[in-house]
Amino acid sequence: MTMVDTFLTALMLQAGYNAALVALGAGLLGIAAGAGGTFLFLRKRALVSDAVAHATLPGVGIAFIVMVLLGGDGRSLPGLLLGSAISATIGLLLVEWVARRTRLAEDAAIGAVLSVFFGIGIVLLTVIQTMSRGKQAGLESFLLGSTAGMLYQDAVVIAVGGGLALLAVLLLRRPMTLVAFDPEYAAARGLEVRLIDLAMMGLVLGVTVIGLKIVGLILIVAMLIIPAVTARFWTDRTEHVVLVAGALGGVSGYLGAALSASAPGIPTGPIIVLVAFGLFLLSLFLAPKRGVLAALLRHRRFQLRVHRRQGLLALAHGEAVLDPLTIRVLRRDGMIRGDLVPTEAGRARAAKALRDERRWEIARKIHQDEAIHGRYDGLTPIETVLTRDEIAEIDRRIGRPVVAGGAA
Amino acid sequence: MGHTVLELAADGGKAPAAEAGGAAALQLAEMTVSYGEKPAVFSVDARIPARSMAAIIGPNGAGKSTLLKAALGIVPRLSGKVTVFGEPFRQARHRIAYVPQRASVDWDFPTRVIDVVLMGLYRELGLLRLVRRRHREAALACLDRVGMADFAERQIGQLSGGQQQRVFLARALAQGADLYLLDEPFAGVDAATEKAIIAVLKSLKEAQKTVLCVHHDLATVIDYFDHVLLVNVRKIAEGPAATTFTADNLQATYGGRLASAHIDQLKLPA
Repeated sequence: MTMVDTFLTALMLQAGYNAALVALGAGLLGIAAGAGGTFLFLRKRALVSDAVAHATLPGVGIAFIVMVLLGGDGRSLPGLLLGSAISATIGLLLVEWVARRTRLAEDAAIGAVLSVFFGIGIVLLTVIQTMSRGKQAGLESFLLGSTAGMLYQDAVVIAVGGGLALLAVLLLRRPMTLVAFDPEYAAARGLEVRLIDLAMMGLVLGVTVIGLKIVGLILIVAMLIIPAVTARFWTDRTEHVVLVAGALGGVSGYLGAALSASAPGIPTGPIIVLVAFGLFLLSLFLAPKRGVLAALLRHRRFQLRVHRRQGLLALAHGEAVLDPLTIRVLRRDGMIRGDLVPTEAGRARAAKALRDERRWEIARKIHQDEAIHGRYDGLTPIETVLTRDEIAEIDRRIGRPVVAGGAA
Repeated sequence: MGHTVLELAADGGKAPAAEAGGAAALQLAEMTVSYGEKPAVFSVDARIPARSMAAIIGPNGAGKSTLLKAALGIVPRLSGKVTVFGEPFRQARHRIAYVPQRASVDWDFPTRVIDVVLMGLYRELGLLRLVRRRHREAALACLDRVGMADFAERQIGQLSGGQQQRVFLARALAQGADLYLLDEPFAGVDAATEKAIIAVLKSLKEAQKTVLCVHHDLATVIDYFDHVLLVNVRKIAEGPAATTFTADNLQATYGGRLASAHIDQLKLPA
């Protein structure tokens, strides 16, 4: 079979039991991470999740040692995840505490907790390698994830954890949105901002822990953040960002897992992240309003508008049009003839432009406000930019409408 | 809703017992707030009468906004007690609507004008209730009161500063509160917006509500407000604008920062 065939087989969940489990697990994880991570992104605290992820490692090591001492082989996934959740919680609370109670800023707290916990974790893993008991092989897979030998129970853990995370998103979406948008207003309404932030981080922590098996602690932050950032390109509404991010995360997880199953030796976690990044790149360029191409097109259109306006005003003042682009625009619109003499339509449009210009002049005087200045492009109808009472104010200042520039 | 009884009483033209005795809308007792070891607000007592239009006035860095935020529990108080309509703050907080400074939020946040106003209905919607048509209509009615109904579907980043301020006011209106606390509502807004906002605030007062603004424009104090609180870390003076907003009190509040020539030009109570 070619790689494409294997990929398609994996997509249809026909590439074997293990591959199917991994694809489903990764898809579920992606949905939970995308939806939950959105609030982290909106609250601008993406890096806290990186500290939390790195703080899972000591817990993995300690849980392994404890389970071996209790007579097991130390490989029970729920046990290891419980350990990682506990140490990640300690890491999270430490970041919180340092940022709140000391003079250190949050970024310093994140850096310190991330590196110290990760260092402790690596030391523990090294010590474990020298232990004579337990099956320590594969513990280091928590760093970058590993899907080889994924069990049915592992998929169940991810499904249950992911489901709980989505439930938390559903329950907390309003307070989390309010706190992310306007924390002071939220506090004034009696919301416990700190508790809601902690709940949000707890949600992220949960996603991180269930993602350890497939994606690993180093890359999980990408699954939390990239889908939300990508979704933001496509919509201006919080609830839609959450839904789109969940969908993008799910698609990335599922596609990534299928891709990595289509050839031996392709790591699953990194491929999932690369798929998510691919979707991000597509959105960055192609998104209709916020994308790079759309911005370029907008800029070009804006440039043409400015030239058209300048040209019309020059015609209105009886000045010569010299700029080659302005001439091209006016020619194309039929405003001037080949010998640069204005046409009938050109004269009428020029008079209208002059009158519009006067209205905007008054608007700029009244609105000492950059947002309004930024919206001035000479062509946008003033009614879509200003409220009715604001326009009434302008008309009051202009006085009775007089015939300006000749044509009405 | 906890305040319906009071509203009904107000509608009947008879103030309830607690307020008939002159209970203040907002009472602060010996409130101190400090960032680090330098008090931003020191031992301030204040008593904002119910159904007044009140202003907190003072120079930059005098702790005006901090005073408001501490009264609301947004920043922690070192000491002091807050009473709202005669009740402890916590029991009465749902009767307060807060309008923060415009600059305090990220206007690129993915949300539309109507969604921001719907945040005002947070208490009614709770965690899970779906936004229904009546909620949407209530929010639109609030937007209409501030002249922004045509902008309901816009992303908030496309608004001018004055329009953003109106949206914040509409969100507060949606709460149906009895006491409105506004932090510099006229800062950097256009003339039409200032007019629209003051009209809404005056209509609130007519509806027996209480309004308290942090205010920086001394020229409009007498026209807009009937009660003033002059602060510069400490309280300098408080009382009816007609007897409190005087040249002496302003000099005491602003010190050298306000030239006496400037004070001479101000519209002061006759």
